Amino acid sequence: MRYGYYPGCSLERNASAYHTSLMAVAERLGVEFAEVDDWNCCGATEFIAVNRLRAYALASRNLALAADQARSTNGADPAQLVAPCSACFLNLSKVDRYLEDSPALAADVNAALAAGGLHYEAGSLRIRHLLDVIVNDVGYEQIAARVNSPLRGMRIAPYYGCLIVRPGFRERFDDPEYPTSLDKLMRVLGAQVVDFPLKTHCCGGHMTQISRDVALELIRRLLKNAADYQADMIVTLCPMCQLNLDAFQESVNEQFGTNYRIPILFFTQLMGLAFGLSPAAVGIGKEFIDARPALAKIGAAAEPAAPAPKRKPRRSDQGLPLPQMPEEEQP
Amino acid sequence: MATSATLSRTSAFFREVIADTPTDPHLEACLQCGTCGGSCPSGPDMDHTPRTLFAMIAAGMREPVLRSNTPWYCVSCYACVERCPQDIHITDVMYTLKRLAIKAGYASQSSAARAPGFSQTFIDHVENYGRSFELGLITRYYLRHRPLDALKVAPIGMGLLKRRRLDLSPRPIRQLDQLKAILERAREIDNAKSA
Repeated sequence: MRYGYYPGCSLERNASAYHTSLMAVAERLGVEFAEVDDWNCCGATEFIAVNRLRAYALASRNLALAADQARSTNGADPAQLVAPCSACFLNLSKVDRYLEDSPALAADVNAALAAGGLHYEAGSLRIRHLLDVIVNDVGYEQIAARVNSPLRGMRIAPYYGCLIVRPGFRERFDDPEYPTSLDKLMRVLGAQVVDFPLKTHCCGGHMTQISRDVALELIRRLLKNAADYQADMIVTLCPMCQLNLDAFQESVNEQFGTNYRIPILFFTQLMGLAFGLSPAAVGIGKEFIDARPALAKIGAAAEPAAPAPKRKPRRSDQGLPLPQMPEEEQP
Repeated sequence: MATSATLSRTSAFFREVIADTPTDPHLEACLQCGTCGGSCPSGPDMDHTPRTLFAMIAAGMREPVLRSNTPWYCVSCYACVERCPQDIHITDVMYTLKRLAIKAGYASQSSAARAPGFSQTFIDHVENYGRSFELGLITRYYLRHRPLDALKVAPIGMGLLKRRRLDLSPRPIRQLDQLKAILERAREIDNAKSA
């Protein structure tokens, strides 16, 4: 199996653990991801807020490059472009869909692309999210056959976030309100999947930079929900979700007086561990919330990690008794 | 007497919003059911729920709509779009309102005034390098728009650097000239249309 691959800016550095683990897993599964040469940013959620046509032209350059590359390398196959980042997947599929729906927009975009000697015909690529390709093309059986270190006893909260199954501009492969493909994948790896009612709720996206209070509350809800179900970790498939839940977890603890220590890993990292790869080979160690205590459960951590520092309680318990929700005390 | 349960499309502002949205957002089909606001993760922090905002657009309340923080608090999660019984492209309408607010000069006066600065800083980096450059984005955004908050994000920035999750210098794409030519042509086409 061979696919065009659009890593997106996050996977170059911030979410390099996602890229590293994906490449290691793909090799085991015999899947080839050919990176689109000289791709550019998809525009995230920022470009479209300022200029409409430039945003569509920016994303379309990637589609034109990917389609050209597919034509020149494997003309026989339908060209498929895979994005591991939910926002990249959404932007590329949305632009492809809108160019098809609006010939006027397509004409303007192609007039802009022509300034760079490029052209893109809407619909000439199949744009897919990585999880879709893993569970539907590779399939659960093939994956199960590679598992030699099952994640037995690991309690996982599967977190899908927003954009992978919503709003379904192209290639919807799971339920938009309550998807289950990542749940099944984690079970195939031997893990115990906990119910996670907030699995498609938003992580806050860029709100950490716009309104910290709004973002931290959204992140808190997700962490609390996973803690309520006693998950050892949250598994995600989007670099933005990973960053928000991981890097801002301490900020949530400071803001709300909580003591969450829930590691946030990419699903490809868990696949790699179940395939017997070492934690280092799947990029473990890049996370803010150390994953090693949780991984020790499955014997995947080489050395025991230092115990997490206990936070001082926000209020002294010498004062007047205050009403407290029992489930808020400790994660 | 009203002849339909849906929104009136007679206001000039309503037509302006439709004209600036990429495909038809079906805004006139809004039933005012409120499913959008009820599904919105940042709904409680918005000046107006999307439902209220759409009624205001139909009523031609251009300035209050463009001064509202609502579009800037939209997190682009598409929960409302998924659940809207009338298939209204709510997120796209929010993007349109952001662009119109910037153009009208209201964006910097809303209670979400830092959002346009963040978007613009992000865009500047993408236009200069072809890809996002996070270290440049956060340093320039905080120094230029929120110097007093810089200390708050410093620990996270340091944590990212320590874990080698931030590049120290940007990684420009190879054919940057090609990208710039494409974006410049797109700007010209847009300008010719709005002229």
